[in-house]
Amino acid sequence: MLPAPETTGPSGRPGPSRRSVAGAARAGGLRAGRRGAGRPSSGRRSGPGAGRPRAGRSAWIAFALLTAPMLIGLGVFKYVAIGWSFLLSLSDARGTIAPSRWVGLDNYRALLSDGAFRGSLTQILLFTAFIVPVTFAASLGLALLVHRIRRGRAALRTVFLIPAAVSYVAASLLWKMCLFNGLPSGIANTLGGWFGMDPVPWLQTTSPPLYWIVLVTLRLWLQVGFYMVLFLAGLQGIPKDLYEAAALDGATGLRLLRRITLPMLRNTSVAVLMLLFIAAFQAFDEFYNLFNSGLSGTGSAPVQTPLGYLYNTAMGSQDYGLGSAGAFVLTALIVGVTLIQGRFTGFGRSEG
Amino acid sequence: MTTAARLSAARLSAALRLCARGLLVGLLTTAFLTPFYLMLRGSLMDARGITSPHWTWWPSTMHFENFSALFGDPTLSMGRALANSTVIALVTAPVSTLLASAAGYAFARIPVPGRGVLLGLVVATLMIPGSVTFVPTFVVVGSLGGVNTLWGIIVPGLFNPFAVLLFRNFYLQFPAEIEEAGRLDGLGWFGLYRRIALPNSGAMLASLGALAFIDSWNSFLWPLVIGQDPSAWTAQIALSTFLTSQTINLPGLFAGAVVTIVPLVVMFLVAQRYIVAGIATSGLKG
Repeated sequence: MLPAPETTGPSGRPGPSRRSVAGAARAGGLRAGRRGAGRPSSGRRSGPGAGRPRAGRSAWIAFALLTAPMLIGLGVFKYVAIGWSFLLSLSDARGTIAPSRWVGLDNYRALLSDGAFRGSLTQILLFTAFIVPVTFAASLGLALLVHRIRRGRAALRTVFLIPAAVSYVAASLLWKMCLFNGLPSGIANTLGGWFGMDPVPWLQTTSPPLYWIVLVTLRLWLQVGFYMVLFLAGLQGIPKDLYEAAALDGATGLRLLRRITLPMLRNTSVAVLMLLFIAAFQAFDEFYNLFNSGLSGTGSAPVQTPLGYLYNTAMGSQDYGLGSAGAFVLTALIVGVTLIQGRFTGFGRSEG
Repeated sequence: MTTAARLSAARLSAALRLCARGLLVGLLTTAFLTPFYLMLRGSLMDARGITSPHWTWWPSTMHFENFSALFGDPTLSMGRALANSTVIALVTAPVSTLLASAAGYAFARIPVPGRGVLLGLVVATLMIPGSVTFVPTFVVVGSLGGVNTLWGIIVPGLFNPFAVLLFRNFYLQFPAEIEEAGRLDGLGWFGLYRRIALPNSGAMLASLGALAFIDSWNSFLWPLVIGQDPSAWTAQIALSTFLTSQTINLPGLFAGAVVTIVPLVVMFLVAQRYIVAGIATSGLKG
């Protein structure tokens, strides 16, 4: 691009730091001036107010151009959607997405008195209580293992991370049809057979609830590599001389882990915990695919997550009022847990 | 104990630890790769072979016809579903990343009044998990006529506030000297973004783009909600329908899993560097 004749004027003016408002306005004014050169209407550039340290029109135009798609998209698909849904949650909206008859808090009352919904909340809390600590420990353990290995570290990381490319649907299929199917040919049953165990219908056995093994191992396989990478990044950020200093003091093994590695991984750990919580609360795919009809035969799931309940309510019974109310209860739950966790662990303290 | 004996004891325990670690790594590697192997094995066997209690490591005769049967099945429309998924992921990944980069740049660099408030509005949407809001989103997309359309599946997923935040952090750290030259050449803010900032954010675009591609290809709940007609099914929905149908065709199912997993695994291996970088950034700067 050709430099505009005005370039030397505004940019030569002494200004505060580059990133300040004044500095930016300077560049904004520059732009306005350049465009103005070809346009009769832009006499304002040469007017007395031209060089004032304020965001110029061109800065506004550029800002609007760059952010408009995102702001409009979020506005429509988050703010409008949520506002509309809030109206629906206070209305009787069966089979319609237009809020018609105002019913106040009836949907919320119906929801909270529905055993199926409360059951789904219990299930998701149990699931979270299982999956969060297990995934946390497993991914931290894997990261420590991979971090220590010198030769073949990249290959090993790939092995653990590759399941992250697999969808919950495909993984559910593998878990349901070949790892934990009720047939003697399933891997779990074949392995059990070597130790003299009888074949077990893993997904249908509810006492003891063996299906938990299926659920937890599936999610572990899919997720552990992702969180391992986060821990690996954290481990790389720990200065080596910390370990050397501690080693000089005679600290070894577990002591090093407890005194240096874990405290230094604090920020990563908090981020991982938060991501794990949110992911667990949104569980749906594997529950849907493991427990909906198919080979399990029963057709009714022994476990349902809140999202599964919402899916059945909104898409199955077409009750958008009740479904919207459920969305708000679940959102409130997730936001609440995140905020409480943030308060306890100090997440976001460093965010400016 | 003599010094030599102590040394050799130390060496022995080190060797033992090395062995134990090797064994652990071997076991874990096997455990992590077994599902892939079982899937491939199942896709090449016949139904009797899969369910037979007599374990075979690999089929004696390869049944490649499982794949042609999969694509020939008119009730499944797997070919159509794969094409849909490809289009959706190929549009979503670049567009959502570019939108986030543009907005991130503006929020990081262009100081207009009210910018903080707007950024606050963007960040606030982060608090609400995407899959929880499928009911409201369905209400909006449904009223715009997006049910059973590809755009209905694509558009709501194009706006990623988290990526905006990541890009904003990225551009805040972007050296101002580079932009200075462009400024002297008379570039305005938009030109600075398009000519200088954007071409210099290749690695970041690739990282978040690769992650967006994976997410889009693997997403399930939203395509399930919006794509009720087989013409709008994605590969995941077709696979799931197959899985939850009454008559289970096991070799077909495994063949279906192979065709939905293999393209992504290949892409994953190719773009691995960026994916790892993307995970590391997106996890830590949250």
